[in-house]
Amino acid sequence: MASRAHPNRLGIKGWVAGGRWGFARYMYTLHRLTGLGLLAYFVMHIFVTSTRAIGPESWEQAMEIVSGPLFAFGEYLVFAAFVFHALNGIRLGAIELGFAVGVPIEPVYPYETSVGRTQRLAKAVLMIAFVVAVWGGLDFFIWK
Amino acid sequence: MRDRTLWTWHIGAGLVILVLLGLHMTIMHLNATLGLVGVGSDEPIAWENVAARAGSIFFTVTYVLLLGAALFHGFYGFRNILMELSPGRTLRTIINVGLSLVGVALFVFGTWAALAAPGAASMGG
Repeated sequence: MASRAHPNRLGIKGWVAGGRWGFARYMYTLHRLTGLGLLAYFVMHIFVTSTRAIGPESWEQAMEIVSGPLFAFGEYLVFAAFVFHALNGIRLGAIELGFAVGVPIEPVYPYETSVGRTQRLAKAVLMIAFVVAVWGGLDFFIWK
Repeated sequence: MRDRTLWTWHIGAGLVILVLLGLHMTIMHLNATLGLVGVGSDEPIAWENVAARAGSIFFTVTYVLLLGAALFHGFYGFRNILMELSPGRTLRTIINVGLSLVGVALFVFGTWAALAAPGAASMGG
């Protein structure tokens, strides 16, 4: 059966060039990059934590390998990626379900859309929540 | 299965992850804060605490649920990224089958670890 999808002419190049989509496109790119990073970490996490099924020696050995400042910083990056991905995921889910798109407004010049207004607010709330969470996370991952 | 159904599951899995991973991170990283209200442990990754959680039905069930939800959400998201790059029909099949097999294999392995852990905990003390 032929695909009804539009051809993706830009490919991965479309991820880096925001074009007329602007900031939302960069959030889209970051959502994907954080998603891929989280998936890679999660697969590794499954293998590391599965050592608990073998016994205490294996567990201690695995924990020894993933300890140290480099891994602590890596964990912090994973935490930051999770926070961004989760907050942006909530924003995208809200849009998909028809929330956070505002009520229709009269089409008067210069034709600003309700989506634009509400989404600017949603993005601002997201970024503030992200900064607060990531700043707070320093205390638990880096300065612990 | 139709993409619309899979997409709905993708969003549902995201909500499950939000709750369960939030809980997981609270237990593993906010232990000092939890200690203020008399719950949690000083060293969540110390073997005795790992063993205690492994022996709990609640933790075993939530681990397996989180494992399934995160694997589905992650691999379906990865598949969508690859599909947007307009692969040919054969490559699409390889991506669909390959990612499904890897996802199922990781789920089986992770579930085995969650179910075998109580035995290892009782042996190791």
